[in-house]
Amino acid sequence: MTNVTVIGAGVAGLCAAYALSQAGLTPRLVDRNGAPGSHGCSWWAGGMLAPFCEGATAEPAIVTHGQKAAAFWAEITEVHHRGSLVVALERDRGELDRFARRTSGYEPVSDLSALEQELAHHPRALFFPSEAHLDPRRALSDLVSLLASRGIAIECRALTPGDISGPVIDARGMVADLPGLRGVRGEMLVLHAPEITLARPVRLLHPRHPLYIVPRADGLFMLGATQLESNDRRGVSARAVLELLSAAYALDPRFAEAELLETGADLRPAYADNIPRVTVRGRVLHLNGLFRHGYLMAPALAEQAVAYLTTGIKGDLVHED
Amino acid sequence: MREFYGVSLANPLMLGTAQYPSPAILEDAFRQSGACVATVSLRREAGQGQAFWDIIRGLGVHALPNTAGCYSAREAITTAQMARELFETNWIKLEVIGHADTLQPDPFGLLAATEALAADGFEVFPYTTEDQVLAARLLDAGAKVLMPWGAPIGSGLGLNNRYGLKTLRAAFPDVPMVIDAGLGLPSHAADAMEMGFDAVLLNTAVAQAGDPVAMARAFAMAAQAGALAHAADPMAPRDMAAPSTPVVGKAWL
Repeated sequence: MTNVTVIGAGVAGLCAAYALSQAGLTPRLVDRNGAPGSHGCSWWAGGMLAPFCEGATAEPAIVTHGQKAAAFWAEITEVHHRGSLVVALERDRGELDRFARRTSGYEPVSDLSALEQELAHHPRALFFPSEAHLDPRRALSDLVSLLASRGIAIECRALTPGDISGPVIDARGMVADLPGLRGVRGEMLVLHAPEITLARPVRLLHPRHPLYIVPRADGLFMLGATQLESNDRRGVSARAVLELLSAAYALDPRFAEAELLETGADLRPAYADNIPRVTVRGRVLHLNGLFRHGYLMAPALAEQAVAYLTTGIKGDLVHED
Repeated sequence: MREFYGVSLANPLMLGTAQYPSPAILEDAFRQSGACVATVSLRREAGQGQAFWDIIRGLGVHALPNTAGCYSAREAITTAQMARELFETNWIKLEVIGHADTLQPDPFGLLAATEALAADGFEVFPYTTEDQVLAARLLDAGAKVLMPWGAPIGSGLGLNNRYGLKTLRAAFPDVPMVIDAGLGLPSHAADAMEMGFDAVLLNTAVAQAGDPVAMARAFAMAAQAGALAHAADPMAPRDMAAPSTPVVGKAWL
């Protein structure tokens, strides 16, 4: 078990390489594009570590495994343990009640002035104190540095599992083209709004245009994300920009003055149940289907893959093909 | 049972395919409810979503592409033409939206688009209000099915204008009609079927329920119960209490 190769240096592959190194192994790590960047969907993520909020629509496996993600990432990069907030416009307060019924781990808040002064005009909110967030691009780069310090550097090569002998962890996302894997398009924006001081992710529930805003350093905010059943990889649509900005504007009109720094669109690889999997096919382990839970679920997926490789233990995310 | 362009449905439930927690849950909702028509949105979903379209195809139900999100007749016609190629069906659920917030149909654009599409060989399912005059015009324009709304899309209000819907049903006894949009509860579906409508179409009430599969089953049961009741000729409400057991012969003094 000394010759493991990881293909793909997105969040799944990097976490797998990290978990292997934690197990005392030094895997080979290859990616056709080299270091992480705008070519991979990990680049465009929000970075919310919000298992309880996700539980409103995700399967219980996401809530269970996702709770361990913040501790995993805290060993690697800066994780902001400030919880997350869910609000709705007054007209849509039924959405907030429904969200509350379908989630756990929150405190209902009627006065937001202590938490987020700027949202104090919302008479009701849900606060999920144990949730966290990180900056995905920084997390990727911190993880790459940490791996390099352990002698694991990213080789810039286009390889497939067939090119390699020995055990392979295939974490190539959509490129892997596995049966049952589909792309779910997501679109996001990055705004510079130095006036706004939100300290934690905020979700705005809306019947048609739900939105989340994740604060990053230096007055930057990530706005996301649309979710379309489409393999369309083209740039952000005007509609998505309109919807995301309108929702942000409804949350805080000062977003209208923000500088629109970046737009991004990519595909989230997902299986039909939207739960990630380690699919075992002989000596190849395919880590894929992280959907909208890359940073939340990659740690658990990586740990189960490594446990399977090193001890044969088959976790609930492991499927033998 | 009235047919939809020559197709008779074994189950009066039609379901949308948007907003489910996952395609696996969508699939389960269809299988367990027996819904036999699936609406698909070209603009928002399946345009480039071959994988998603494969999942819908795998359900083995009739696909009813829609023109959701179109605000003019011209836009709706173009979308319908693209949908015909992609989904290989002449069926089109025609939505021409007149108002962004209520998603209320634009009757004028709807009529124009129905006329053009029917002339082009489409089998049009126009999403309309309960307006009887508009219904007559849509039928004149070539529609052979009508889809009157229960209430605005996604509102879950049920049958907002029962009187208007009842009048519409009575005015065109031979036209197959689907109550589309606004249903929130299975009882709304039963109500619509008891009134003699031929099917119900809904999406949000199932897809966004806490348990979409259970809710789809509940809607299917309710729609079937309503259809059965309508066919069984329900009693009319009476103003006086009438005993089910004869009272003669009892000591009633």
